[in-house]
Amino acid sequence: MFAYEFMRTAFIAAFLAAFVCGPVGWFLVLRGQSFASHALSHVGFAGAGAALLWGQPALLGFGLSAVVSGMGMGMASDRVIGRDVMIGLVLSLAMGIGALCLHFLTRSAGAATALLFGDILGIAPSSLYWLGALAIGCVTCLGVMSRPLLFASLQPDVAEAKGLNLRLLDVLFLALVGIATAMCSQITGVLLVFTLMVAPAAASLRLGFGPMPGMVVSSTLALCEAWGGLCLSWFSDCPASFWIALLGSVVFAAANVVAHLRGR
Amino acid sequence: MSIPAIEAGRLSVSYGGRRVLDQVSFAIPPGSFVAVLGGNGAGKTSLFRAILGLATPEQGYVRVEGQSFGKGRMPVGYMPQMRRMVAGQLSGWHMVAAALHGRTWGLPWCSASARAEVNAALDAVDAQELAMRPVMSLSGGERQRLLLAQALLDQPRILLLDEPLASLDPARMRETTRRIYDLAHARGLTVLFSTHDINPLMGFMDHVLYLAHGKALLGSVDEVMTTPALSALYGAPVEVVRVDGRLFVVADGGADTLHCCDCAEHTR
Repeated sequence: MFAYEFMRTAFIAAFLAAFVCGPVGWFLVLRGQSFASHALSHVGFAGAGAALLWGQPALLGFGLSAVVSGMGMGMASDRVIGRDVMIGLVLSLAMGIGALCLHFLTRSAGAATALLFGDILGIAPSSLYWLGALAIGCVTCLGVMSRPLLFASLQPDVAEAKGLNLRLLDVLFLALVGIATAMCSQITGVLLVFTLMVAPAAASLRLGFGPMPGMVVSSTLALCEAWGGLCLSWFSDCPASFWIALLGSVVFAAANVVAHLRGR
Repeated sequence: MSIPAIEAGRLSVSYGGRRVLDQVSFAIPPGSFVAVLGGNGAGKTSLFRAILGLATPEQGYVRVEGQSFGKGRMPVGYMPQMRRMVAGQLSGWHMVAAALHGRTWGLPWCSASARAEVNAALDAVDAQELAMRPVMSLSGGERQRLLLAQALLDQPRILLLDEPLASLDPARMRETTRRIYDLAHARGLTVLFSTHDINPLMGFMDHVLYLAHGKALLGSVDEVMTTPALSALYGAPVEVVRVDGRLFVVADGGADTLHCCDCAEHTR
């Protein structure tokens, strides 16, 4: 399996994505913003389609559009809450724009499949430098802001009273979610970002770990799912995204059983 | 004469386009236990937000210990209402600990001294055991204890408690009030305690700050809870009625009960 460069590249890319998805997903679930990753992946799809159309890397278009949208979501958070019809329309429009961009590409079918369902085996080795830089930058930023972000997530009223700028924290965090979503989409595709970003984090929280161990466990579970998915894909000839999604569900279900047995 | 713990001068604050405090003035002596009374929308939370620097006064001023502190810099412990508490799956200990170092950058890692400080705050409200459980498994009263522990971090000299008795049964209300009183008394804290129900506070409070129609009246229970005083505050005839030890504030003609208070005798 490791004799092939594309497999070695896939394993490294999966490691980098899991490294980022663990802590980012942990905060997403804690803050009750799990669907933000889903929404940003839809918007990122449009950005990726546009980037491909203009001859640019899909990761660049995806990342830029997801980060900008995340920041916009953070700035408009008060006005977005409860407007599910508007949100649904915006997401549908983003998917539609993505489909339009891909329509004008000659290799549209392959590109669309790769974007929507992931193509981890197709990641170019040169992309690892970008993914590595993004992973280190994203986790470093999150580490620096994790104390105030945790405080603001758990007790927003008190955090505000203590002088924290809740909106700024929201904007910065959702920008990081945009980056993590772009990285994750390289592995699982747009439609399955939820599995790698949210399922391990939700399982970690369900098991009752505190903040620091919880983020480490979340990353470890994400890594196990991603690498496990790759291995199963190799031996079964089924897509890695399918196995990652399945493993995510199994891990979350198992965490619930364990939590139930422990009386949590 | 000592500097007031909290002083407001011609303070006006609006919320949602409505002026909820209109040129309010009062001075709260240090070390006093004050019940902040008033119906829904009377301006209790807006007053707390103005004290904390979260609501900008349209007019007038509010000072803490004679100074205008920057936002988040004042020696005030704040216990909010529970409506926005979202720490469902984390333990109560982590929820309290997050407040201790939440204003500094870095990883949420607790040093030995930070752990000791969190444990001391939990001990003070007798919440060590329940702090080990997930917040979502705690009752309303147990969550209130964690919020109180959080408010005691950083050695505040003033406590602002926003509806700490909400959703508690009468027995728990009395127990919670006693716990807060004992803590405040032992530490010499000034306490502003907002509530709809004065009953659990009888025998504990030094003053009542009654808010209605944008105005405020500060004084002892006997000074404030009278027909002439509250009629002047509401700007309309109201009557303060005692029935079987319970106190009712009734609108003109008795058609509407503005506020009810149980004035049964209690001892500390």
